[in-house]
Amino acid sequence: MQTKLEPTAEQIRDEKIYAQMGMTTEEFEMAVKLLGRLPNYTETGLFSSMWSEHCSYKSSKPVLRKFPTEGPQVLMGPGEGAGIVDIGDNQAVVFKMESHNSPSAIEPYEGAATGVGGVLRDVFSMGAQPIAAVNSLRFGELDNDRDRYLFEEAVAGIAGYGNTIGIPTVAGEIQFDPSYAGKPLVNAMAIGLLNHEDIQRGLAAGVGNTVMYVGAKTGRDGIHGATSSSEEISDDPGKERAPVQAGDPFTEKLLMDACLELVKSDALIGIQDMGAAGLTSSSAEMASKAGFGIEMNLDLVPQRDENMTAYEMMLSESQERMLIVVQKGREQEVIDLFAKYDLEAVSIGHVTEDKMLRLLHKGEVVAEVSADALAEDAPVYHKPSREPEYFREFQEMEQQEPEVDDHRETLVSLLKQPTIASKEWVYSQFDHQARTNTVIAPGSDAAVVRVRGTEKGLAITADCNSRYIYLDPETGGKIAVAEAARNIVCSGGKPLAITDCLNFGSPDNPEIFWQLEKSADGISAACLALDAPVISGNVSLYNERGGKPVYPTPTIGMVGLVENLEHTTTQEAKAAGDFVYLIGETNTEFGGSELQKMLNSGKISGKAPAIDLGVEASRQESLLGAIREGIVRSAHDVAEGGVAVALAEKVFGTGLGADVKLEGSAVTALFSETQSRFIVTVKPVHAARFEELAADARKIGEITKTDRLVIRDAEGNPLVSEDVPVLESAWKGAIPCLVNSEG
Amino acid sequence: MKFAVIQFPGASCDLDLYHAVTDVLGEKAEYVPHHETDLSAYDAILLPGGASYGDAVRAGALARTAPVMEGIIGAAKDGKPVLGVGNGFQVLTEAGLLPGAFLKNRDQKFICRTVKIQVVNNRTMFTNEYTEGEDLEIPIAHGEGNFYCDEETYSRLKENNQIVFVYSDGNPNGSVGDIAGLVSEKGNVLGMMPHPERAAESILGSEDGLNVFKSIVKEWRESHANQA
Repeated sequence: MQTKLEPTAEQIRDEKIYAQMGMTTEEFEMAVKLLGRLPNYTETGLFSSMWSEHCSYKSSKPVLRKFPTEGPQVLMGPGEGAGIVDIGDNQAVVFKMESHNSPSAIEPYEGAATGVGGVLRDVFSMGAQPIAAVNSLRFGELDNDRDRYLFEEAVAGIAGYGNTIGIPTVAGEIQFDPSYAGKPLVNAMAIGLLNHEDIQRGLAAGVGNTVMYVGAKTGRDGIHGATSSSEEISDDPGKERAPVQAGDPFTEKLLMDACLELVKSDALIGIQDMGAAGLTSSSAEMASKAGFGIEMNLDLVPQRDENMTAYEMMLSESQERMLIVVQKGREQEVIDLFAKYDLEAVSIGHVTEDKMLRLLHKGEVVAEVSADALAEDAPVYHKPSREPEYFREFQEMEQQEPEVDDHRETLVSLLKQPTIASKEWVYSQFDHQARTNTVIAPGSDAAVVRVRGTEKGLAITADCNSRYIYLDPETGGKIAVAEAARNIVCSGGKPLAITDCLNFGSPDNPEIFWQLEKSADGISAACLALDAPVISGNVSLYNERGGKPVYPTPTIGMVGLVENLEHTTTQEAKAAGDFVYLIGETNTEFGGSELQKMLNSGKISGKAPAIDLGVEASRQESLLGAIREGIVRSAHDVAEGGVAVALAEKVFGTGLGADVKLEGSAVTALFSETQSRFIVTVKPVHAARFEELAADARKIGEITKTDRLVIRDAEGNPLVSEDVPVLESAWKGAIPCLVNSEG
Repeated sequence: MKFAVIQFPGASCDLDLYHAVTDVLGEKAEYVPHHETDLSAYDAILLPGGASYGDAVRAGALARTAPVMEGIIGAAKDGKPVLGVGNGFQVLTEAGLLPGAFLKNRDQKFICRTVKIQVVNNRTMFTNEYTEGEDLEIPIAHGEGNFYCDEETYSRLKENNQIVFVYSDGNPNGSVGDIAGLVSEKGNVLGMMPHPERAAESILGSEDGLNVFKSIVKEWRESHANQA
């Protein structure tokens, strides 16, 4: 008997075996106190996984409480699988972003693939049909084999899962920086649609109701994934490697379709994904949220591997599994429903009154722990926070304009920077049109997906410039939300809400905890100013390797509502003769800019660009107003690389050119990354009305028939004059070239 | 007329075909599950794209063993229009209703983008609404779209005018003879890798694929008018 080999409760205490599971001595003592006795091996596993950072947010909870989570549009905020926002006509949009960084650093294909699978389950467990997927990725520079491998395989994994299950991957963003070398960030977001009456929750309510297990069988894969993802990545080959689970998108497709049929049945009481900490988190959380208990007989759990112990079954993170609670007596209906999809639904337990999670295995009670103790009573840490010295130094630096000899050459080099370069190599591997609702495909500011049967659409984007956040987390946090909102507005949408993935280094380092706190302050302020509350999210800490943390990267996923698809706008110029407007003034701001990074071999310093959220909100509002009046032909926000890059992107792929005149110092005018700016094109006949609506807009030139980009100084002397195809081939060729290089 | 949209487990583009036929074209369509064997109630059979059975073994390899193949083979024998798109095309070759086989894309990666294809034969029940030589913009989305057949088969396909669509602005996947779509010898079974149902509405970027479905309807109306 394998269970006999497990350490005894005394051994666990005396030999500190709990430490191998990621628990501190204080935490172990807390668990002993809550339990009133020493926990056995299985119970220690339950506590350690449920109290891991990944499941309990014990370090980040005080920070997360800062987020504004309410608004008239919010139907369900953080706490369930995904948040829900009303879009009118009895419909609602459901979305959530999740990190899968730690498995992706080890096994990038499966890590990224199962990240997509997990977040899709979060969405359909709410009762929503997933309609789109999005991703946000960070990798080291593509100048070495390891980071190229991580990049290529993570992209292939996302493609493999999303394409096979048939949910279109419609948007995404990728940045490259040495801080992510060997420790990529893979954040996956899913968006779903439902009718209000179909909203489900993960509740195990009603004494005697039946707990059923549906989906794939349980194997030994991913055991303790929640704990290992709450630790630094180890370079020590001797250290036991985090077990990575494998994905099966075919099973998930069947599971998704079956669950979406099930949510229409009143036999269903509650449903939850078996995500991190699998059977443990789903059962403990469903019982705790509903104020009941659950008793499960683990002998009945469908098992893929032989002789699995209770510990292994409870801690497995095998994919494509859900836990459901159904009305007693209606189990056969559910079994029949899942059988139609060639899936197993098995009764493994029932809801109890005593609020305990009780597990039976081979005729014995192998664990008996209060569900609340696991799900609610995890310790909460108020970690020390300290302003890093670098921040003070950077704040004292004056904004400086970098020296540039050749403006044209600099523009070409910027267009080749992988963070700016075309991401077609990536998104052409993603099926972005499945379900035939994609109105704006990847490559523009935000994607737009039609809500079939209505005039409405959903604008979807992900964003985060972590360089700004490193320099100044509060300002950078504001910018991340503001830029996501700019993308939504440029596509014709009004921001509804955000989801976030807070990717940071170790919170035990006070300077990193300070980054986390300050960026959350910035995010909160921007959410309030732009009326986009936080409805769901995820925290991923300990993204470090060899003691080096990643840049603080709180990725923002935002969804906006396009009230009428006729308002949909893209970034590309439409016709020669259209006027080109720049909205917003330009200051000398190069701290954390693409140009600064490029000229200083990857190093950044100084102040992040400033942002005034009042100005931001009013510019977004007036631009959206003009778009809704139908007088804006194209709109694009000015981001990395400044006006020169934004202008180039505006004419790429159009066969057109532009001839514009910029005021002020050349390098600032061309490449500064001052915030809250947009470039739009307008038909001459609408110019007067547009200028009335957009007070901060200045006409800078025209779209031309010849495909040449000419940017002049105030006197009319060309600063940059180049054929668009030359610029475009530099921009398009950069990533394929890096991927195919060697060394 | 009534279309059957076959549902193989995992083949997710069934709803794309369904909506193109019903919402856009205004014709009748019904989903038909993989275990159904009798398709006699339908006038045309559509095999969707996606990943039937998760593309296990080879794309389309397992779908050929589904009970519904009996009905599909029967419909093809009866001369009814049978259209397979993407994975549907792969299923038709696996089932022997069309010649050839599919390999992984030349570059070993999944490709999703809009490509140009040319109508090389407009005298079929799927292309009579197009003009010969017409260029179309239609999206592809596949990982195993590299059509392969031996030289003898290729010569025969050419001789019989079975090649209906070819890639006309670069060959995206390495297919023999730039083949993007071909019909059976009798002309009533069409397989094509580009997705016409994804190019059926201007709001989605192109309407160039709509005539595939309009052609089927036109042919059916004409043949039924003659019978009446």
